[in-house]
Amino acid sequence: MIRILLFASFLYGPATAFADWPQFRGPGGTGVAAKANPPLTWGNAEDEENVIWRRDLPGRGPSSPIVIGNHVVITCSSGVEQDRLHVLCFDAMAGEKRWERQFWATGRTLTHPTSANAAPTPVSDGNAIYAFFSSNDLICLGLNGDLRWYRGLGNDFPKAGNDVGMSSSPIVVHGTVVVQVEAQGDSFVAGVDAETGETRWRIDRRPEASWSSPTVLSRDGADETTVLLQAPHGLTAVDARDGRELWKYDASCSAISSPVVSQNRIFLPSNGLTALDMPTDSTSAQFAWNASRLRPGAGSAAVHQGKIYLVNDAGVLVCGDTATGEVLWQLRLEGRCWATPIVTDERIYVFNSDGKAFVVQQGEKGAIIGRSDFGESIQGTPAVSGDALYVRSDRHLWKIASKGPSR
Amino acid sequence: MAVNCSDAPSFRNVTMWTTIPRRLLIVTFPPFKIRLIAMNSLKGVHVRVVLTFASITLLSGPLPAESIDVSKPLQALRQVMPHGEGHRAAMSAWQELAQADAAQIPEILEGMTGANRLAMNWIRAVVDSIAEDTIKSGNGLPTDALEQFLGDRRHDPRARRLAFEWLERSDPSARARLIPSMLDDPSLELRRDAVAFALEQASLLADNGMKSEAIQKYRATLSAARDVDQIEAATKALSALGVEVDLPAHFGFLTRWKVVGPFDNSNLTGFAAVFPPETSIDLEAQYHGKLGKVAWTDFTTDDKYGMVDLNRAVGKHNGVTAYAFFDFVSSSERNVELRLGSINANKVWLNGVLLTANEVYHTNTKIDQYVAPGRLNVGSNEILVKVCQNEQTKDWAQRWQFQLRVCDKTGTAVLPESQP
Repeated sequence: MIRILLFASFLYGPATAFADWPQFRGPGGTGVAAKANPPLTWGNAEDEENVIWRRDLPGRGPSSPIVIGNHVVITCSSGVEQDRLHVLCFDAMAGEKRWERQFWATGRTLTHPTSANAAPTPVSDGNAIYAFFSSNDLICLGLNGDLRWYRGLGNDFPKAGNDVGMSSSPIVVHGTVVVQVEAQGDSFVAGVDAETGETRWRIDRRPEASWSSPTVLSRDGADETTVLLQAPHGLTAVDARDGRELWKYDASCSAISSPVVSQNRIFLPSNGLTALDMPTDSTSAQFAWNASRLRPGAGSAAVHQGKIYLVNDAGVLVCGDTATGEVLWQLRLEGRCWATPIVTDERIYVFNSDGKAFVVQQGEKGAIIGRSDFGESIQGTPAVSGDALYVRSDRHLWKIASKGPSR
Repeated sequence: MAVNCSDAPSFRNVTMWTTIPRRLLIVTFPPFKIRLIAMNSLKGVHVRVVLTFASITLLSGPLPAESIDVSKPLQALRQVMPHGEGHRAAMSAWQELAQADAAQIPEILEGMTGANRLAMNWIRAVVDSIAEDTIKSGNGLPTDALEQFLGDRRHDPRARRLAFEWLERSDPSARARLIPSMLDDPSLELRRDAVAFALEQASLLADNGMKSEAIQKYRATLSAARDVDQIEAATKALSALGVEVDLPAHFGFLTRWKVVGPFDNSNLTGFAAVFPPETSIDLEAQYHGKLGKVAWTDFTTDDKYGMVDLNRAVGKHNGVTAYAFFDFVSSSERNVELRLGSINANKVWLNGVLLTANEVYHTNTKIDQYVAPGRLNVGSNEILVKVCQNEQTKDWAQRWQFQLRVCDKTGTAVLPESQP
């Protein structure tokens, strides 16, 4: 009997052995994997140091992997027009491909050469996977790859899109998939019923390009229904259940990096970084501080244990105080980062667009304690599950972890 | 009964939450054998497997699927419409269809004919699911039937491509055997593979000193190619062999235009404004422009991709609008596509009918960025293009330009009688 149980566990893998990383920047969208202990260095080929597995991908994409139990899910796009959409699921343990589904894009597929149609990161509620693409195709798949529903938001709204590429990643809140589609043409935010794919609500937005992702406003980590929508003209809070606007905070905001919610504060990429105290009623969030030197580049900030970590456009990792916005230390790295840093209790993991990774020890000052080079471009923020990093480079998906029994 | 698909947790037995491939879980409970079919539920495929201390074995083997009537579920998938219409019926139909036998894949592919773009993806997912499960289980796909489906060009081009991709998975020899004959295939993906193969063959001929044969091969390849990178590869190779290609004519770019402007586009008002050329075309007329009187002038582009630089044709300005006109003489009445590339806000009319309007400034551009179907009359056809420049002053926002070609739906150039 024990043998049978072990066999069954090996086959299907109890989800509890893996920590879910269900969306862009992980649980809560904070970029934090507090207790994770990924290695300090690794090689850049299969069978090299701490590379547990590396898998070829059939297309490109800046999207990040997500992890649901023993499933690692990634999206890609391929074809001369980037109109072939791929959703792939790998076994987290062995790296075997469990399934792959392909689709034909129904919206605009043109992007900047450095981006791709597969730019938004998929999201999962543990029951299904919601894969979104720059072409505004929204696909719901079961964890076994069965199609639940397929929406072509670019088909429904042909002017939706931006020919340098869209990249806003969806979230799922209370059974509603929230997608932020903001561009010079059809510009909107929609709440789609996670069960059926039908539109629950849709609100018009300014015809203005934005690449930021929606974020849940969660107080003390509680289950909330408020979604934050950041755009160049400010921050809007809406109710995920009906799209009702709850409050607005007018400010000039970044069109690329996204807000972070942590410690009952909203860290808004506005004039550098602006901290807002969460509202306790229906009024707007309250200004706490602004720090012009805490200015995220293309990636977003990560917040953990009273500290903010971000990489600016000059490739400098900056650590700030969440209470005051004071800059605590800076550390020059290399190149430009599109990926948001991953923060653990001990370290910060930074990945630049040239494929170089830096592991920085926290402390009075940051210190580089590990360097690795994937040898190909990295734009997506890695996922973390257990002590493993799941990294998506231009053409590969990697599992990086110590090659010991504790992985 | 030791298998429970309910959502309510129970810990009386050894439990394990897991996700199983559809149709792939068999639980043996001697002397009984129970097949789980609860995955049709919209709730998904999370299944709680409860292992009792009885003798239960999990096998990850497939059940042989059976032929089912695919017509009704296929019809439900074909009735998926924009905005989520038809989803509820399609969701259960998809699960029903996914139970079909692999031998029915061609029948399901047939359902793509005439389907809308959304329905195509619902159907594609079912084909992929059945085919993937079949291969995983160690069984073969119906290769003869797939090849037969592929060979019939009356089928939908994308359905045929999908048939080819699964055929190739089961029969690796299919590519070398079938692709070379697909240079003129209506599926642009199959044609692209055929062109790639032909380019390699032509290159080998050139490398072996067979110049005339190589030129002949490259010419045939160029004629078949529809993708810019392959057209460029063939053109470059021909040039190296001493043969120059008229690229604008090959693509069908219109190069000899009448242009007029600048009209006003301050505060982006020009895109919606109706300036006189939108009312009627009078090539002899003078109009009140933004900076004074303006009149139609000739402008011929020598760009190999037909790009009309309005900063040259009209003058360098910001916050302005210009029009370009082409009298396209057609020898026949026919459906065509007008394909525009422009990094500026734009509109295109054919014989006074607005075909496309795009109020987007300085994001990106490429050949065939905006594709608009239209119909040519016999004789003269008025093509009018409006291009607006905004008031941004940064270097990257100074391009004011467009390129336009007329072609059929596969991208084959349709040339005017008035421009060789």
